[in-house]
Order: sequence, then structure tokens, then C-alpha cells
Amino acid sequence: MSETSKEVLTAVVERNMPHPPEKVWRALTQPHLIEEWLMKNDFQPVVGHRFNLRGEWGGVLDCEVLTIEPNRKLAYSWDYVHEDAAYDLRSVVTLTLTPTDTGTHLRMEQSGFRPGQRQAYGGAKLGWQQFLEKLEQVAGKAG
Amino acid sequence: MENTEDILFRTLADPTRRAIFGRLCREGELTVTALTAQAGISQPAVSKHLGVLKQAGLVRDRHEGRQTHYSAERAALAPLIDWTKQMTGFWESRFDDLEDLLKRMDQ
Repeated sequence: MSETSKEVLTAVVERNMPHPPEKVWRALTQPHLIEEWLMKNDFQPVVGHRFNLRGEWGGVLDCEVLTIEPNRKLAYSWDYVHEDAAYDLRSVVTLTLTPTDTGTHLRMEQSGFRPGQRQAYGGAKLGWQQFLEKLEQVAGKAG
Repeated sequence: MENTEDILFRTLADPTRRAIFGRLCREGELTVTALTAQAGISQPAVSKHLGVLKQAGLVRDRHEGRQTHYSAERAALAPLIDWTKQMTGFWESRFDDLEDLLKRMDQ
């Protein structure tokens, strides 16, 4: 599949937290703490370590630790293998911690693509844009 | 094999079905009789559209006595909804839980 037929996806969430980076880092890297805010997991803070995140909905994410810079930066792959292109996803989650006067600025960037995305959908999508916007309003918290 | 997006797009391409689905989203659970009263088409035609919507996972039905009640299954729209918005919402709520956890943790 060529590069252009892939839909590149990026989501960014940033937040200031009134806690020192060392403490935020522990919450991001200790399995029993990760479970409390994210998902059940067998994470280890070791580059190359493969682990799973298990969602309450029954889905299992395949992950691999890509970057470990204690108290500064953590990155792991976040793949969801699904036969249906609407759900299939290959992505990377990068969490960056920056110390501030009041604590930590935490930035999450998730970027990736859907490998099964077909070109036809890109064209079809344009015509449907308005309709989809209405659907989103109707659906509210459907996601 | 037809994927979820194709099925949803095809199902909602029909304006009558879209109107029925929209009414169920706005008004909650309705019977075929109630839906027919405003649809401007016959009851069998409404039932047929409901069958297609049900097959696409967009509505669910509940039998009570002789009546069948239909309601919208909004979660079925998830594959059509913008991925970035979905994931942003997911991480915002995870960060809420992370903040709660940090408050409970020792320094």
C-alpha cells in the first residue's frame, strides 16, 4: 500500500498538573498505577519491552516501549489489530513531561494511521462531511 | 467483505431511514405505530427500514406485549466519528483519572 492512501491521524492533549515530574513519571510507568488511570497492563520501563493494555470493553492493545527518558519522555506503540479497517489502528503514543513553576506540563501526542484505510473512503468522506458533523452532534458521547 | 463504514454509509444514505434514526436519537424509544404517524409512509415500509437499521446495528428493539419498541444505538456511529476527536476525548478523560490518582499518591 502506498504512503498516500494512508490516513494520518494525530491527537494531542496537554494539561498542567500541580505535581512534580518525578511523581507524574511514577504514575506513567508503574503497572499498578497505570492500571488506575489507563488500563490493566504488563508494562515495564524498558525500551523494547512488549506489553498489552487491556480495556474494560474487552479490547487488547499491542504495545512496545520505544522511548524511556526518566521524568522527561515516554513513548510506546499503540496498535489495535482488527480485521475491520474502521477499527484497525497502528499508532505511537508519546508522553512528554516538562517541569513548570507549579508542577508538570504533561503533553500526550498520539499519531498513526489505519493500515486498512482504502482510498475510496477519502473521496466518499468529503461528500459526507456535513452529514457526519450533524451525526456527531446527535451522537454526543458515542465514542 | 463489506466493512462497517460501508454498511453504515449505505444504511444512512436513504433519507427516510436517516429521518427514522434521527427521530429515535431525539425522542428516545418509539413504537412502529408512533414512527409511522410521522414518517409519511406505510407501517410495513417503516418496519422494513427498521429492519435494515437493526441489521446495521443502528437500532435495537424490545418486545413488550404486542408492541415492539425501537431505540437508537448511538455507539454504532463510532466508526464514522472523527478519530482525532474520539481519541482526544479518550485521553482527556484518562488525564482526569490520572489527576485523581496523583492527588491520592504520596509525594
